[in-house]
Amino acid sequence: MALLEIRGLAAEVEGKPILRGVDLSLPEGEVHAIMGPNGSGKSTLAYVLAGREGYHVSAGSVRFDGEDLLAMDPEARAAAGLFLAFQYPVELPGVGNANFLRTALNAVRRARAEPEIDAMKFLKEARAALKRLSMSEEMLKRNVNVGFSGGEKKRNEIFQMALLRPRLAILDETDSGLDIDALKIVANGVNALRGEKFSALVITHYQRLLDHIVPDKVHVLSEGRIVRSGGPELALSLEESGYAGLVAEAAA
Amino acid sequence: MSAVAETIETVSAVTEGGYKWGFETEIETELAPKGLSEETIRLISARKNEPEWLLAWRLKAFAAWQSMTEPGWARVTHPAIDYQAIHYYAAPKKPAPRNLSEVDPELLRTYEKLGIPLSEQAALAGVEGSRVAVDAVFDSVSVATTFRKTLARAGVIFCPISEAVREHPELVRRYLGSVVPPGDNFFAALNSAVFTDGSFVFVPKGVRCPMELSTYFRINARSTGQFERTLIIAEDGAYVSYLEGCTAPMRDENQLHAAVVELVALNEAEIKYSTVQNWYPGDAEGRGGIFNFVTKRGACRGRKSKISWTQVETGSAITWKYPSCILQGAESVGAFYSVALTNNFQQADTGTKMLHLGPDTKSTIVSKGISAGRSNNTYRGLVRIMPRAARARNFTQCDSLLIGDRCGAHTVPYIESRNATARIEHEATTSKIAEDQLFYCRSRGLSEEDSVNLIVNGFCREVLKELPMEFAVEAQKLLALSLEGSVG
Amino acid sequence: MSATLRETGENFSARYHGLAPRLPGPPDLRRRAADWFDRHGLPDTRDESWRFTSLRPLAGIVFSRAEDQDDTAPSLLARLPPTEAPLLVFTQGRMRADLSRFPAGGRAGISVASFANEPSFGNVPDSETEPLSALNTMLAEDGARIAVAPSADGGTLVLLHLASGNAEHPPAFHPRHQIRLGAGARLTLIEIALGTSIYLHNPLTEVVLAEQAELLHLRLQDESAAAFHLGSLHVALGPGSAYESVALVRGARLARSELTAAIVGEGARFALHAAQILGGEQLADITTVVRHLAPGASSRQSIRNVLTERAHGVFQGRIAVDRIAQKTDGYQMNKALLLSEEAQINSKPELEIFADDVKCSHGATVGALDPNQLFYLQSRGVPKAEARAILVAAFLGEMLEAIPHSWGRSVLEGAVQSWWKDRPV
Ligand SMILES: Nc1ncnc2c1ncn2[C@@H]1O[C@H](COP(=O)(O)OP(=O)(O)O)[C@@H](O)[C@H]1O
Ligand SMILES: [Mg+2]
Repeated sequence: MALLEIRGLAAEVEGKPILRGVDLSLPEGEVHAIMGPNGSGKSTLAYVLAGREGYHVSAGSVRFDGEDLLAMDPEARAAAGLFLAFQYPVELPGVGNANFLRTALNAVRRARAEPEIDAMKFLKEARAALKRLSMSEEMLKRNVNVGFSGGEKKRNEIFQMALLRPRLAILDETDSGLDIDALKIVANGVNALRGEKFSALVITHYQRLLDHIVPDKVHVLSEGRIVRSGGPELALSLEESGYAGLVAEAAA
Repeated sequence: MSAVAETIETVSAVTEGGYKWGFETEIETELAPKGLSEETIRLISARKNEPEWLLAWRLKAFAAWQSMTEPGWARVTHPAIDYQAIHYYAAPKKPAPRNLSEVDPELLRTYEKLGIPLSEQAALAGVEGSRVAVDAVFDSVSVATTFRKTLARAGVIFCPISEAVREHPELVRRYLGSVVPPGDNFFAALNSAVFTDGSFVFVPKGVRCPMELSTYFRINARSTGQFERTLIIAEDGAYVSYLEGCTAPMRDENQLHAAVVELVALNEAEIKYSTVQNWYPGDAEGRGGIFNFVTKRGACRGRKSKISWTQVETGSAITWKYPSCILQGAESVGAFYSVALTNNFQQADTGTKMLHLGPDTKSTIVSKGISAGRSNNTYRGLVRIMPRAARARNFTQCDSLLIGDRCGAHTVPYIESRNATARIEHEATTSKIAEDQLFYCRSRGLSEEDSVNLIVNGFCREVLKELPMEFAVEAQKLLALSLEGSVG
Repeated sequence: MSATLRETGENFSARYHGLAPRLPGPPDLRRRAADWFDRHGLPDTRDESWRFTSLRPLAGIVFSRAEDQDDTAPSLLARLPPTEAPLLVFTQGRMRADLSRFPAGGRAGISVASFANEPSFGNVPDSETEPLSALNTMLAEDGARIAVAPSADGGTLVLLHLASGNAEHPPAFHPRHQIRLGAGARLTLIEIALGTSIYLHNPLTEVVLAEQAELLHLRLQDESAAAFHLGSLHVALGPGSAYESVALVRGARLARSELTAAIVGEGARFALHAAQILGGEQLADITTVVRHLAPGASSRQSIRNVLTERAHGVFQGRIAVDRIAQKTDGYQMNKALLLSEEAQINSKPELEIFADDVKCSHGATVGALDPNQLFYLQSRGVPKAEARAILVAAFLGEMLEAIPHSWGRSVLEGAVQSWWKDRPV
């Protein structure tokens, strides 16, 4: 069985159907890309997987490592190894980044019955991760995402991912608004984790990111359904012809 | 169901037992008979071997009190207080200790349990640089004051006020009641008549107090009130940072606490006064808890005097307190940083008064109110600019957070300016914890309870950072604990 | 409190007791108001909601019943720019059919009557237990009753309150107005109060907006500089309705304008933009209470004070959010400009909140003109007095420019300009 099994998933927001039967299977160790036009439901899918309130699942199921993911609280999903890099990371005024991360890390470790990590050791790991990501240590002292530029916010998400070491990362347009150097940092962050025990769903609009994170598979989401799946070459052809052809094809 | 509502439900199961400080100490206590009369006052004064002038001062305050009525303007309601059903004096029976080794071991254990080391060795063994001198006030008397010798070498006087009356009568006489006159208000008058102990601090000219000073108040005996009086004087160029903490046993009855704190800062002197108020708040049904009616006021009498009040108010069934600054001296500076958290049936009506009398005076007010359960939390503040306060400045930020839909959050600022060159800015907001913040934290693995605590702590950051390090950590834990039963 | 203010109150009570049998309308509410007033009289500064505004200047004045017609009306009328709009004229608190130009009823769906002919006290909460309302309830003799039929567009209606006072026997009048808009109805109401010499104008206005009704309410209070204005306005907002008001206070020696809004309908919108421009020994007080009693409504209040000489401005504003009023969006801003050494401002913005899913905020600033801006203008060659005028105009400009009614805007703008002209700085 794959690490993530999504079957016939339908979801609505404020009574409006957004996902209309998504099927997707992500085997452990693979990286899949999800592409699709604006408003097709990519973020909705990400939020449903992470357990955001207000996203009502009307049909279908999601199994994560065999468990019923939809029955879990958001924090239980995190403890089980799911990580969402938000399209729009949230600001937490007054909450220091280091404190936030250590609290999160220890909460996840507790839930996994692992020992908590002390402040010194945490700092060491955090610094190492920052260095790998070519990020400044200044980051640790600042309040979570407060006053961060768009790019800094995205990099902070990747930094969190590096420390929390998820089994499944969902990156929701983490590449949007990044310059090429920042894009490489994000890609390196993902590639550093790649291996048998790491899987990812990379939501993106652009081929550009997929040049650096080469996916095992590419899915195209349109109007709440996956209308096409294929290898990395699918992303390339989309780059050339756009979604229009595909969408029309699906409608036919 | 919203995430918050859900947690409210889950966690309300564990409301009881949230108050860790609710134990009672078995100790033989001498009590004055219940009730308030001239006789009671004479008895208190006699027990403390007070000079005649102080007895006369008390009796005058008592006369004033008798002609006054309880103030009714605050947004708090409570059953009538029977002033004749209270013991106005309660003291451990053993004779007053002359040094720490003579302190009743039961008392030492009590303070240990509260996390306040009264042995200097224990305090010294703590974190480097975090030496704090402590005055421990148990019911009506001070039971121990640590580090007195070290302080004396620096010229700082730190002792129980009853002792100061005997040892430094000229200072006490000069300053007592000079900031909060005996007839200032109902509760201040009551305190002036019956105050039993409290701390006295005197920092002479040019001295920077070498350590944090701290008083720890504990109400223990039943049916008693606590009426402490604190007086802090910083002469020209002096600096002192003072902390106070307080707890009480869990009881079904309400107990009255009516303290007065007076601060005097002379030219270029600075006083930082921090409070972590954790009196017993009552239980989840609103039974018991301390009625906390406190008058705190500081006078910036000199040029560039500075007084700052920082308070974290989590305890008490009722809190009625407005630490204020009289900014008399030119360029003097006042500050008020406050976190007030109410849960269950607690009621807090707290804020500050900044009276700008002198030119170029500045004040800052930062107030963070958190209401949960069925509580009501009111910020009430006054900023008054008098005609001579040219170029005075005030900035006020008041934020309220509501947790659950059965509580209330209220903001009542009074802004008065009589000088055209003054500038006042006031901002206030009320909201709930944002769902997206909550989700963000939870998606990183934090429980809802921890997420709320984290966000609340973030909300209070500006205030908590004003506290000395050790207190800030304590205060954070206290906030989390006090929120128990509402969200986490 | 001084016996003389009590006497002023007693004098009102006595007037009621003398007139009672002849006063129009059902007597019960009046009697209750009079009972209350007999017991409490006029408020003093020990009353929390009157702590900044002392009615002492009224002490010792014996106000008499406004006896009739006077003929300063035409000269007062001449102060206004010409308009074709329908016009309801009141002098000494009485409706003057001879001076009015009634709207063409049928077509516009708007109807006008007088309180004297068709008395009704409407449905104003606490109108017998709040000092200003009780005084009105007790003594009201006339007023305008304006109704716009459901879905009708009532167009523009001008309501003029003209007063000629008397220094020896100052009159007092207590008109009671009622404005009702049916579901989906619209109206622009422009109220202007003008007068001469000493008098007391104590109007009570009730506005009721049914579902989806919209009222634009422009007000100019330009009473005589020796007069007293003690007015109260009560607005009830139904579901989806909108009340928008721009109000300018510049007249009267002592003025108190109370506004209570009860938002009882979901999704209603309330907006008040008010300014007080005061000089001399004037004291003017705007006191508002906006109650959110239904979910999803918004309220916006922006109050500006320009104070010079020994003027004293007061603003008290409360936003109260009931437990059921979730998703309330409440905002209030009070700014004061102090232009002279002796001017003063008291401000008390209050939030009283019992619902958790709300966004409420208020702000207040008090200060002088920004010296940097003044200097900037002067360095470009603008003389200081003019530079000040420019900055003050800018301070008020935002509110005036946004008035979506050209005649109304010109009236308010004209009032600001002439105020400034009379006051060389
Ligand atoms: N909170 C919401 N309320 C109402 N509609 C929403 C909400 N969130 C998303 N939608 C709608 O759902 C659709 C899918 O949105 P989204 O998942 O963000 O798309 P994508 O990420 O693919 O651009 C859009 O039409 C969007 O307007
Ligand atoms: Mg998206």
